[in-house]
Amino acid sequence: MPTTDPSVPQDPAAVGDRTSTAATGTARVKRGMAQMLKGGVIMDVVTPEQAKIAEDAGAVAVMALERVPADIRRDGGVARMSDPDMIDGIVAAVSIPVMAKARIGHFVEAQVLQALGVDYIDESEVLTPADEAHHIDKWAFTVPFVCGATNLGEALRRISEGAAMIRSKGEAGTGNVVEAVRHMRAIRSELRRLQSLDEAELFAAAKDLRAPYELVREVAQIGSLPVVLFTAGGLATPADAAMMMQLGAQGVFVGSGIFKSGDPAKRAAAIVKATTFYDDPDVLAKVSRGLGEPMVGINLDTLPAEQRYAERGW
Amino acid sequence: MIGVLALQGDVREHRRALESVGARTRLVRCVEELAGLDGIVLPGGESTTMVNLAASFGLLDPLRHAIHAGLAAYGSCAGMILLADRVCDGVPGQPTVGGLDITVRRNAFGRQVESFERDLPMTGVAGPPVHGVFIRAPWVESVGPGVVVLAQVSDPSGADRIVAVQQGALLATSFHPELTGDLRVHEYFLNVVRAEPGWSQAPGRRLSKGA
Repeated sequence: MPTTDPSVPQDPAAVGDRTSTAATGTARVKRGMAQMLKGGVIMDVVTPEQAKIAEDAGAVAVMALERVPADIRRDGGVARMSDPDMIDGIVAAVSIPVMAKARIGHFVEAQVLQALGVDYIDESEVLTPADEAHHIDKWAFTVPFVCGATNLGEALRRISEGAAMIRSKGEAGTGNVVEAVRHMRAIRSELRRLQSLDEAELFAAAKDLRAPYELVREVAQIGSLPVVLFTAGGLATPADAAMMMQLGAQGVFVGSGIFKSGDPAKRAAAIVKATTFYDDPDVLAKVSRGLGEPMVGINLDTLPAEQRYAERGW
Repeated sequence: MIGVLALQGDVREHRRALESVGARTRLVRCVEELAGLDGIVLPGGESTTMVNLAASFGLLDPLRHAIHAGLAAYGSCAGMILLADRVCDGVPGQPTVGGLDITVRRNAFGRQVESFERDLPMTGVAGPPVHGVFIRAPWVESVGPGVVVLAQVSDPSGADRIVAVQQGALLATSFHPELTGDLRVHEYFLNVVRAEPGWSQAPGRRLSKGA
């Protein structure tokens, strides 16, 4: 290999520049961050030790929270943003991005999380909503937001409020993937339907979706959301993750499924591998072996209406 | 044929950019998919995740050997970290693919709230400045004697930081041209690939356009 490449022009005047100014918190920078997470697994962690296990297993990011959703369900009461000390401890423990949850509509929790320097905020139905009518105005923040959606209209409303990433809103803490599947199928089939509409029909579609016409038109043209779409809620096995990827998710969140299982490190690594090789059944069979006990699941028909998180948010 | 390492990250954006400038592409997840490549792109994403997966599936050593044997490579952001011989502020003991005689500082420009975009001049890229999107971006702390610095930007303290480098057939940027629609950096990489001895002579190792 040559030590200097003569094909590279040497022009010192072109190197280094102080005239252009840097812009932070732009839509491209916020949405771009989610692009970098694609094909990856974001894991819920409650301690620095768990965060380290997640990083070593190949997580692309961790979600710092005080209790995983399964424990929030068990304990009941009001679930809020985590203690800043706890978030700081996790930020200090790992080199990968750290996300944290704010309550739906709780813009001051979001301000606090931004001040702490978290890399992404999840405006999450897993916590107890703080506002019954309004989500956070996410354009007002430098830090990007991910929001849950059960269908295309909900996804577009969140994007119009400034969400830079969307995830399905499967029932967190249940170990039951059925709701996440429903949301992913709903979003994908509504996207396909939008592409089949003519210009005039898009106005009515925007009304039905309760979403801004301009955004509906953009989505109809590009055939996908303008932001990255992940899946979340109830994933517990490598096969769950791979199925969601085959259904069109661009990456996965795993909450209680890892650290409520028998062998978290092994299960975490297996889910990471299954997310990358989601379309290779031989790899999926290999990584699904010998993972120990999965988390105990909850059948959703036994879950009372007030404990259904997906119905939180509007 | 240009490979795109497809273990994790913004694979699709790199693939689209490469195809827009006339390259044929192949996603690379396993060793067999390395065969017959003229070049490879290591995308943006999480370097720890990519190294972990590459090691688990036996891709790390073959990739390392291919690059040391002269396979052209371009890495953006996490890809730059993978190509670096030395990483600081990384996970202790984090291995890299290596090949570029540089020391890279991970997340050097700060956390996501400090991520930014700006125009910057890049040596070898004609026309208006390149628009750089820097996401939890690394910078190059120091370079070895064979490395050419192609671009620098000032950090918040006003110090110039190296954000694009080339050493022979290896190219790396701290920023993400694949997110901007500006194809000139990918075009630059294809020109690097075409300038390599042996390119276009071996059957089956041919770009679809421009040969």
